[in-house]
Amino acid sequence: MTGFADQVVQLSRRSVVRTLRQPANVVSALLFPMFLLAVNSGGLKAETHLPGFPTNSFVAFALAVPFIQGALFATMNAGTDLARDIQTGFLNRLSLTPMRGIAVLAGQLGGVMALGLLQAVVYLSVGLIIGVRLASGPAGVVVLFAFMVLVTLAFGAFGAFAALRTGSGEAVQSLFPVFFVFLFISSMNIPRNLIDATWFRDLATANPVSYLLEAVRSLIILGWDGQALALGFGISVVLVIVALTLASWALRVRMARS
Amino acid sequence: MRTLAVARGVAWRTLHNVFTNPSLLLPSLIFPLFFFVAFAGGLSRVGDIPGFDFPPGYTAFQFVFVLMQSAAFGGVFTGFGIARDFESGFARRLLLAAPNRSGIVLGYAAAALARWLVTASFLTVIAFAVGMDVSGSGVDLFGLYTLAAILNLAATLWAAGVAMRFRTMQAGPIMQLPVFLILFFAPVYVPLSLLEGWIHGVATVNPVTRVLESGRGFVAGAPTEVGIAYGAALALAVGFSVWAWRGLRKAEAAG
Repeated sequence: MTGFADQVVQLSRRSVVRTLRQPANVVSALLFPMFLLAVNSGGLKAETHLPGFPTNSFVAFALAVPFIQGALFATMNAGTDLARDIQTGFLNRLSLTPMRGIAVLAGQLGGVMALGLLQAVVYLSVGLIIGVRLASGPAGVVVLFAFMVLVTLAFGAFGAFAALRTGSGEAVQSLFPVFFVFLFISSMNIPRNLIDATWFRDLATANPVSYLLEAVRSLIILGWDGQALALGFGISVVLVIVALTLASWALRVRMARS
Repeated sequence: MRTLAVARGVAWRTLHNVFTNPSLLLPSLIFPLFFFVAFAGGLSRVGDIPGFDFPPGYTAFQFVFVLMQSAAFGGVFTGFGIARDFESGFARRLLLAAPNRSGIVLGYAAAALARWLVTASFLTVIAFAVGMDVSGSGVDLFGLYTLAAILNLAATLWAAGVAMRFRTMQAGPIMQLPVFLILFFAPVYVPLSLLEGWIHGVATVNPVTRVLESGRGFVAGAPTEVGIAYGAALALAVGFSVWAWRGLRKAEAAG
């Protein structure tokens, strides 16, 4: 194994082990989205009677939400862990070793992506148990998991950026409501074409989270919708590039300060 | 008399802390507003579902939920403050100094009510500004806000009981999660009659359902289940007052 790959693997393993040693982080990342799914799918089931609603199963419609909400938790996990490394001086000590700076970021995000994949497996399993069937079939599962990893990487990198800039776990935690706003002002609970209030529909249309949700939703209830997938993957890739660029820059600044 | 003096001192200090610290004040103002925008704006088509019959419209329907939610979370946020007071050591000094310790709980409850009244006023102004229709009279609205105030008291006493038992901010989720659950296992988006499946069963036995349905009746100018709703809210307040006072005794015993 090359030196760089070894560094990434070691730090990824540390990130995964550290996450697993904090059951509260894992449990909340798994349970909270499931709770919201239960509440919304029960409370909004009557929405399927609206003319033009794309499915007669609200659970199937709403199952997209935990995937994106779970990815949002990646922001908190990646950011908080990295901030703790800064606060405890671990990053300073690391900067004295031959470890390449980018390996720190890659290792941290590797662990977050592993948790993202675990979340996707749990959410999909719960969906299957309660009777949701993916219209896109088994191949859709593979695409869904790949998409989840990509979105988790994007949000995780944003969390890492926040941690590197602020060096404070509390500051990273305070970002959570901001991401929650993005989730709620989207097509999370109703398709965009059925949103009555024009101003809300415009906000949901301008909100990238709507397209991430719609990509996942298309795999679950529509099958293979090229436009929804292209938009979802396209936006995810852009978010990954922007977030990684910002995080890499913040890491360079932070390492220079150390 | 000594109880009231202690209560006044605690309430003044709590309110002073909240209103001079934007990081404490803003979330309690912004979160209800955000839920109101997300639910009333985003889900307004829900009002077109066959069987949905609420003449003032979906904005007013959601306003009642958000008002009740703000009342309940106003109490929870006050519970966070109590836990913070224990962490900083202030509450222990307060326990030593107060000639009547029941006044401490009373003071926190009064502060929670005053704090919520500001949130409720803000929310009401915004709701009317975006064109909310209200068919109920002034007396009906008084009934609505009184019901919400009792819910605020119940939530404050619940959170105070938790805060005084655990005496740490880490107990935040224990204060917050049950309140979140009881609120969202009620008819949030549609009336009880339109809920289907397991959530209908849960909502039927949930006391907050009566509070919400009655509150919506007040807004519609057709009061419904008023006695049951007030009974449920008062029962919660009385039950949690015992919980809070026992919590106070535990805090005293812990020293």
